[in-house]
Amino acid sequence: MRKLPINTPTPAHSALGVVGAGVEHDSAWLHTSGQARYIDDLPEPEGLLHAAVGHSEQAHARILELDLSQVHASPGVVAVITAADVPGHLDIGPVFPGDPVLADGTVEHIGQPLFAVAATSHEAARKAARKATVKYQPLDAVITVQDALEHQLFVRPGRRQQRGDPDQAIAGARHQLKGQQHIGGQEHFYLEGQACLVEPTEDGGMFVHTSSQHPSEVQKLVAEVLGLPIHCVQAEVRRMGGGFGGKETQAAPLACVAALLARVTGCPVKYRLSRSDDMVQTGKRHDFFNTYHIGFDDSGLIKGADLMVAGRCGYSPDLSDAIVDRAMFHACNAYYLDQARVVGHRCKTHTVSNTAFRGFGGPQGMMIIEQAMDDIARHLGKDPLDIRKLNLFGPGRDVSHYGQTIEQQVLPELIEQLEHSSAYRQRRQEIIALNDRNPVLKRGLALTPVQFGISFTAKHLNQAGALVHIYTDGSIHVNHGGTEMGQGLYIKVAQVVATAFQVDVARVKVSATRTDKVPNTSPTAASSGSDLNGMAALDACEKILGGLVAFASSHWQVSEEQIRFQNNQVLIGDQQLGWEDFIQTAYLNRIPLSSSGFYATPKIHYDHDAGQGRPFLYYANSAACSEVVVDTLTGEYRVLRTDILHDAGRSLNPAIDIGQIEGGFIQGMGWLTTEELVYSTEGRLLTTGPATYKIPAVSDCPPDLRVALLKDSPNHEATVFHSKAVGEPPFMLGISVWSALRDAVSSLSDYRFSPPLDTPATPERVLNAVTETRRWLSQQENGQ
Amino acid sequence: MIEFVLNGRAEAIDQADPNQSILEWLRTKKRLTGTKEGCGSGDCGACTVITGAPDKNGQIRYEAINSCIALIGSLQGKHLLTIEAFRGQPAHPVQQSLMDCHGAQCGFCTPGIVMSLIALHSESAPDADDHKLMEALAGNLCRCTGYRPILEAGRQALVQSWQPGSESHPARYLASANNADGLATTDDTSISSLEALNGHHYYAPATLPQLKRLLRAHPDARLIAGGTDLVLEITQQLKALPRLISLERVRELNGSQLEENRLVIGAATPYRQLHRQLSGLWPAFDHLLERLGSLQVRNRGTLGGNIANASPIGDMPPALIALDATLVLDGPEGARELPVEQFFKGYRQTDLKPGEFIYSIHIPLPEPGQRLFIYKVSKRLDDDISAVLGAFRLTLKNGVVQDCRLAYGGMAATPARARLTEAALLGKPWSQRSVEHAIKALGNDFSPLTDVRASSTYRLQVAGNLLHRALLENSELHHRDTPLMVTDYA
Repeated sequence: MRKLPINTPTPAHSALGVVGAGVEHDSAWLHTSGQARYIDDLPEPEGLLHAAVGHSEQAHARILELDLSQVHASPGVVAVITAADVPGHLDIGPVFPGDPVLADGTVEHIGQPLFAVAATSHEAARKAARKATVKYQPLDAVITVQDALEHQLFVRPGRRQQRGDPDQAIAGARHQLKGQQHIGGQEHFYLEGQACLVEPTEDGGMFVHTSSQHPSEVQKLVAEVLGLPIHCVQAEVRRMGGGFGGKETQAAPLACVAALLARVTGCPVKYRLSRSDDMVQTGKRHDFFNTYHIGFDDSGLIKGADLMVAGRCGYSPDLSDAIVDRAMFHACNAYYLDQARVVGHRCKTHTVSNTAFRGFGGPQGMMIIEQAMDDIARHLGKDPLDIRKLNLFGPGRDVSHYGQTIEQQVLPELIEQLEHSSAYRQRRQEIIALNDRNPVLKRGLALTPVQFGISFTAKHLNQAGALVHIYTDGSIHVNHGGTEMGQGLYIKVAQVVATAFQVDVARVKVSATRTDKVPNTSPTAASSGSDLNGMAALDACEKILGGLVAFASSHWQVSEEQIRFQNNQVLIGDQQLGWEDFIQTAYLNRIPLSSSGFYATPKIHYDHDAGQGRPFLYYANSAACSEVVVDTLTGEYRVLRTDILHDAGRSLNPAIDIGQIEGGFIQGMGWLTTEELVYSTEGRLLTTGPATYKIPAVSDCPPDLRVALLKDSPNHEATVFHSKAVGEPPFMLGISVWSALRDAVSSLSDYRFSPPLDTPATPERVLNAVTETRRWLSQQENGQ
Repeated sequence: MIEFVLNGRAEAIDQADPNQSILEWLRTKKRLTGTKEGCGSGDCGACTVITGAPDKNGQIRYEAINSCIALIGSLQGKHLLTIEAFRGQPAHPVQQSLMDCHGAQCGFCTPGIVMSLIALHSESAPDADDHKLMEALAGNLCRCTGYRPILEAGRQALVQSWQPGSESHPARYLASANNADGLATTDDTSISSLEALNGHHYYAPATLPQLKRLLRAHPDARLIAGGTDLVLEITQQLKALPRLISLERVRELNGSQLEENRLVIGAATPYRQLHRQLSGLWPAFDHLLERLGSLQVRNRGTLGGNIANASPIGDMPPALIALDATLVLDGPEGARELPVEQFFKGYRQTDLKPGEFIYSIHIPLPEPGQRLFIYKVSKRLDDDISAVLGAFRLTLKNGVVQDCRLAYGGMAATPARARLTEAALLGKPWSQRSVEHAIKALGNDFSPLTDVRASSTYRLQVAGNLLHRALLENSELHHRDTPLMVTDYA
């Protein structure tokens, strides 16, 4: 088989838009002219009904009576269903059971669907769904992580990773520190709320248009609730108006409800959530409570670490097992913890079941060690950057606490470059001087790294399929298992295919992801979209090329080495054929112009019981340096400048990658600053819309934002064109803002006190940190 | 019957539920689905459209608004432009720049961003600076990009000109000198109304006598001005508002006028239209009016609405109380004037009698030695509701506090003065020591609530610290241009 030009430089006369070019998003014009269709924009089929659900108003209760007479009587209502109307599986838990599609006797969170309504309009359905009379018998509800830890209430058993004897190492170290932190959750706030449109097919099946990162799971679960074989149900995803993990498992319940209503009524059913229902009924990023106990020497080098991470999973497992696993993997972030123990708890609470969100537990895990880095620095009177650099993985210190060797060490050089390009040392001095002169505004600076493992930690998900067709005019059509949520996956895969055939990317079209084109797909998640689907598409191209080259060799009587694809041409010996002519000739000679492709990630394995293995194919690396200014009267703050240097390997599309980096950073900053989910003591979410839940707005973007890709850093692994995944890693760059806020507050103590700062670090929490710091100062003064 | 021009074509709605938002009408009745619903509460901007209505000179003023919280009745006599007006090639410079700068990722917020930027472009290109650009985008949330490429696209687009290219371009009026030509109706003196089969009514009188007559005939009607708060009852609480009387077209309630010692503002004047004049007199309003809601909200929301709604966290009332502004109320018993402070009777309760409405707001002009400070504190700088808002009017003579009115929002069930704190400051030198002493009284003035925006403790602490900030603003530091607030870096 012909070897693909994976490692060869792009030829001088290259086709347009191949890998490495900053091509615009394939839907750019459709987006900017409002012609891109999302679920609610699709032409509506005849007889369309609209769905809504009535949900629990109690966090934990037995349902004594569910009176739906007023719901039935509400104008426009066509059908009402409950758990009793589900012909197939009631449980739609994605990995472990625990998620009934409609509540059956007991409710375990406020917002849990009790019954579903189909009505003639969206409004009629929503109004009807509010008219049920429900009698509850309240049961004890556990709302917070602390409560769950106290009650030892978990959705899955806890796990531990350990190397050596951390207790002894900590005790024997020159210095010891302990700390803890509460990390708030995060609402995805995809601009397009959850939505689907389900149409019954002629043969008793269903066709599902869904806004989902995981169409294969939607397909499977719809089939299961209906009691049908999977092949009776097909799902299609053209695009999502944002996903961020929130449409990995959370889209399926809607599709199941709509399919059940479609089955009962025989009509197509659309189900979309209003923003407040979306915020109440669907899962979010896990809150975490973390602790550390570390021992270190005079230089700040960690000798032993005992870390605990506890995630608020909500009422059911959903993906929480893997999410807390990832928090444990990344509790070391980029640092070598010599003797270490990491314990992870999956806390059960009577709140909505928390789910995947960009970073998948990784960010929450990293936060504990980043807090420790700052705390060590204050304790020793050193610059936090020096402590971070000192503790990085390095030669002889390159095996993580779970046994994976960090083979490609990018960060020491990357941080060095960023430290220089951001003028960290010089600005540190300037900030000290500025802070001296200003009585109320204090600046802070922090440079924090990210080392993020790439692969699904559930090994079987690391596979992908693709389908490539070349038509007789030379135009190329691609399907793959990945979904488009704005991240630019379609254009990247198109670029991969264009590169394989050395034709302009304009010749390649990627169309909607469908379960009947590529089956059994994995979710588009874990930053894996282009790694997996790009390789699968490349495999398909390689198969087609193999046939084409063999054909050309025999047809034109040249050796295979004399055949080259270059800039929309095929060079065959001393002949040159245009791509269209070549394809036309191949077609006339009955050569296959279509193939499926497949990819399975090599090398990975992990033993959960031992807590050891190689869960990741490789690591993506990044670092950010942020400067903030804090008002010590109110706790208000702004980010003034952020410099980012990111390792995307050999980038498939630098423009798209920079978009992911900037967007991820801002989203991570929002998670740690203004985005606050507030629950009542009864477990009711009080922040149910953008009026009270504040994601970053335009003024929150640092006025000086400098983002660069690390140069000359191809992935050492054989990934698609030696690129690196870019979806999630930049999210954790937001930690630099949090650390800079602590730095600004710490300046009040002349950097001797490390102020606690739980997240989100709202102005109120920042002001509390200011107050704590001043209290510490006055204690010091009084003590002397 | 409601008559307006949709994307260059005359449109009339005869019978329709007046509780329908423009967004719902566009998406469900016209199936124009380019305009998106992101939140249905006017907080995300995905539904941004442009409306244009003639100003005093007959020239049409184009503005970005949130179509999810504007009712269809408000379209009477206006141009309505949606993203569908910009489907043709060549692309508008705003669209081209967004593509060039990779300013759209998932694309769902993009039509709203395009419309906000086109509104800005039509109004102020090529003079718009970054400040204007940020203001125009503060009400448009994007979850994917982090905004940098959108800002970059805005900068590139604003220095380019745009022409519709053809006489049939749906947005041709946007660039035309006589842009009122296309309006279907020029009759602005009669009541426009909309009626639904279900009996719902929407009346939009054009004159004060018409308004009074309608109020007499429909004592149960709700008054609507910009609707930026009221419409949430429909979209969020799913309520029906069967009878609505709109103040938007009532001539006597619109506009502002400088009189000898006061500024008189008609109750139905949108913030956007009073911004310049008010902050010209009292510069402290400039900052506040840039952070009150979003531009889309300020294009619709009115000063009278902010007062009548009587929210304890409304941004304007504390400032009006600090200034000792007064209201003129009109109604069946005739007009009466009362201080803004006395208008608020309790949580969301006012002094309005049945049939009464706010006619105008009188704002005193600055007197020598007087200074006004307004500070808004919220989780997010853009488009957020205040946790605490402090508004202080101080009169200093030889460094001594001769007069002071300290009003707060977010500290009690109504916007209120800190009278004990005022008393503690009065006659004292305007100094650190006096402020420290005086703010001890704040705890007796207020027992604020803990809610999703802030805790009681934070509110009390910040309320006091804002007085320290005012002190600093009067200090030597301020004169040396030392930044004192994080917004100084905007």
